[in-house]
Amino acid sequence: MKSKKKTNQSEVSQADIQVIDGTNPLKASLDWMFNNKVMLLFAALSVGAVLVSGISMNFVVSNILTRFARNGFTVLSLLIPVLAGLGLNFSIVIGAMAAQVGIFFAIDWGTIGVPGMLVAFAIATPLAMLLGFGVGRLFNKMKGAEMIAGLIMAFFAEGFYQLFFLFLLGGVIPVKTPSNVLAGGVGIKNTIDLTGNLKYALDLVKLADLFLVAAVILLVVTAFKAVSSLKKKEAFPLKPAVFLFLSAVLYGVTFIPGVGDYFKTDRLPMISAIEIGGLITVLYCLFKLIVNWRRPAEGFKKTRYLVMILAAAVLYGLTYIPPVYDTIKSASLAVLPFGLIAGLCVFNRVFLSTRLGQNMRTAGQSQVIANASGIHVDRVRVIAMMISTVLASWGQLIYLQNLGTFGTYGAHTNVGLYAIAALLVGGASVQKATNKQAITGIILFHTLFVVAPDAANTLFNNAMLGEYFREGVSYGVIALALAMHAWQRKKKPALEVPE
Amino acid sequence: MSRMRLFMQRVGWPRVIIGLFFVLLVVASPLLGLKLTDVVSDVLRRWALFGILVLAMVPGVQSGIGLNFGVSLGIVAGLIGATTSIELAYRMGGPARPWTELGIAFLVAIPVALIFGWAYGHLLNRVKGSEMTVSTYVGFSAVAFSKIYWAVLPVKSGTLIFPYGGEGMRNTISLEGTYGGLLSDPDVTANQPGILKWMAFRIGGVSIPIGTILLFLFVCFLVWLFLRSKSGIALSAAGENELFTRSNAIKVDSKRLQGTILSTVLGAVGIIIYGQVYGFLQLYAAPLYMGFACVAAVLIGGATTRRATIVNVIIGTLLFQGILTTSLPVIQRLVPQGSRLSEVVRPIVSNGIILYALSKTKGGNQIEK
Repeated sequence: MKSKKKTNQSEVSQADIQVIDGTNPLKASLDWMFNNKVMLLFAALSVGAVLVSGISMNFVVSNILTRFARNGFTVLSLLIPVLAGLGLNFSIVIGAMAAQVGIFFAIDWGTIGVPGMLVAFAIATPLAMLLGFGVGRLFNKMKGAEMIAGLIMAFFAEGFYQLFFLFLLGGVIPVKTPSNVLAGGVGIKNTIDLTGNLKYALDLVKLADLFLVAAVILLVVTAFKAVSSLKKKEAFPLKPAVFLFLSAVLYGVTFIPGVGDYFKTDRLPMISAIEIGGLITVLYCLFKLIVNWRRPAEGFKKTRYLVMILAAAVLYGLTYIPPVYDTIKSASLAVLPFGLIAGLCVFNRVFLSTRLGQNMRTAGQSQVIANASGIHVDRVRVIAMMISTVLASWGQLIYLQNLGTFGTYGAHTNVGLYAIAALLVGGASVQKATNKQAITGIILFHTLFVVAPDAANTLFNNAMLGEYFREGVSYGVIALALAMHAWQRKKKPALEVPE
Repeated sequence: MSRMRLFMQRVGWPRVIIGLFFVLLVVASPLLGLKLTDVVSDVLRRWALFGILVLAMVPGVQSGIGLNFGVSLGIVAGLIGATTSIELAYRMGGPARPWTELGIAFLVAIPVALIFGWAYGHLLNRVKGSEMTVSTYVGFSAVAFSKIYWAVLPVKSGTLIFPYGGEGMRNTISLEGTYGGLLSDPDVTANQPGILKWMAFRIGGVSIPIGTILLFLFVCFLVWLFLRSKSGIALSAAGENELFTRSNAIKVDSKRLQGTILSTVLGAVGIIIYGQVYGFLQLYAAPLYMGFACVAAVLIGGATTRRATIVNVIIGTLLFQGILTTSLPVIQRLVPQGSRLSEVVRPIVSNGIILYALSKTKGGNQIEK
């Protein structure tokens, strides 16, 4: 009975899809363009600015990759509060402040390199959790005004941050390195140079080390699962075991003399990244197709995987075209930051399928329904804020170690603005934001950031104008996106009274 | 006891605490060796300086758009008027005519503010329920784009033009010799003829900018009159209860538009008066956070996101600006590096007050999901 109903439903939905696809491809593409108008507008602007500025594509691509590694994590940390219905989290600035406290103590205690980053991490994470908890509790008192409250919360916290760095450090809390202290003996200097201690601490982590860490983590997970399944007398967990085997093989490969050198690098050339990415995509698609061939599942879209294989092939083919090759031949990706960004993308995706993630989505869609179905809405919202704040603090750690200078009183001020603007440029809204939108947004937004001053210089002979313009655009894009969101919501309000 | 409690309830804890703190600061300043006359002069001056800008919050709140963080739009309009009048005076040549220049500043600024406010009001009517967030970012982007305007405008006047490179306007424009201090500085008014001499005077060392104070109170009176008129009552009703107002055949959206335009125009007038008292016009990034100071002031005065009165403005400006001006020298005497401490405490106080008000009113959101 049940299965019959199900097949009926799928037939109907398939028919619907065919009708939509069949009637008017022009209308469908126009709809797509209308839904992505912010993104398309910005893409046009970016491409125009690149053309006008006359900067070589080589430079643009390598710059965007650097900025992507720097800012990607922070932008992705915005997704979970959107899911939970808290809107755009303007208070990620507070997470960034927590990270900066961690960075300061790591430097002050003289730790360097990866251990130094771990010290910063160990300080920043609990602090960010605590602050995120506080902000979440506060937001529960101001439902419906979270965004403006988050913005003001960030300014409010700024005062305490300055109080801490200007008066408590050196005044109450002793500082070990006198070179970081202001002339009077109280307060911290404006900029702290990270060269020689934390600069590139994460960027220089080698691929082989990453495999080792991954293998160790998988070993722990597998052991844990194996023990628990033995206790419950279930079948042996095959999946983690296979992964463990694969990572052990990968780590083993690094010991082969010729191949090993390849893994001893901390930067992956972009061409290799495309090759590896393409290979993984093709293998994944083939795996899915084979699984489906053996055991056909309902609603399986074969074309989707075929298109993915085709796209990977086209992308790989593009690298053989001379101008494209020239553009990307010298570009390379820092292994660990990109690995972390990819990891966060996976986390955002997997989190959705957990129980907590589903609860968050329900709470985000309707607090009334969530409450009725037994979800502790306030608690879920606080957890969302805590996760976001912690992730933002890690994002700031990645940002600062790459930048190499720590502007004590200015490094965090624009974190929220630029991250949110980038996310919105990618086509996200207050209620829906995805990994894809975040990544598109970062690329487009930072393209404009890289080329705007030069474009303005060629157009108006004044580089400052480009600076003003990109600042105006980042504020403007937020205003525009918020306005459009509110506008759309007003079109179908809960309560409509005819005029 | 119960009367005491009733009083506390009416005035509200935050106001009582801040009021007592203000009194404490004023009392403490002569004990710390500061001249009381200077302190009082400064407080009066800052009060007159910020008054009209804070008053700009009232029509916005009353018409239902909430706290108008986007008043920087009006401020930009005012700055356009103020700079245009200086440039015009330079192009005309001839002797300085400060009063005419002040008049032209208003004449240019008010129409610009009307246009800005009209467009801004239409936008806010389409985003009911999230006006405050949208208005904040509209204000920010207005200030950011105005920077381009300041940088490209081909001005010729020596007071306006950027000293190095000679292109665009400078960051801070001195109003000395034009209309700076016309209504507030006793040294300037001393050279004025007739009754204009009494626009500002000193009594026993306390300088009283009576011209600016009277102007502030006069504008307050005008807004008060407007809010008592039929149109003004309809405007307040639109902010209070949209459904009720609509059922009485009042067009809510046009009332909100009216409130927004009035708020923007008051912002423009307010910044010209600000410049006049301060003696300088600040361009580029300076107006970015001015909206926040205005919001904090009116909230300290007892306003909420749904209700604001003229009394809130007068008391709030006095308390907020009073604390800011008196705390600086007092803290400076008490602690080394006190000036920086005061700079740090300022955002904590003003933003803390805004947060407190937001948490009390459950946000400005009218549409419940």
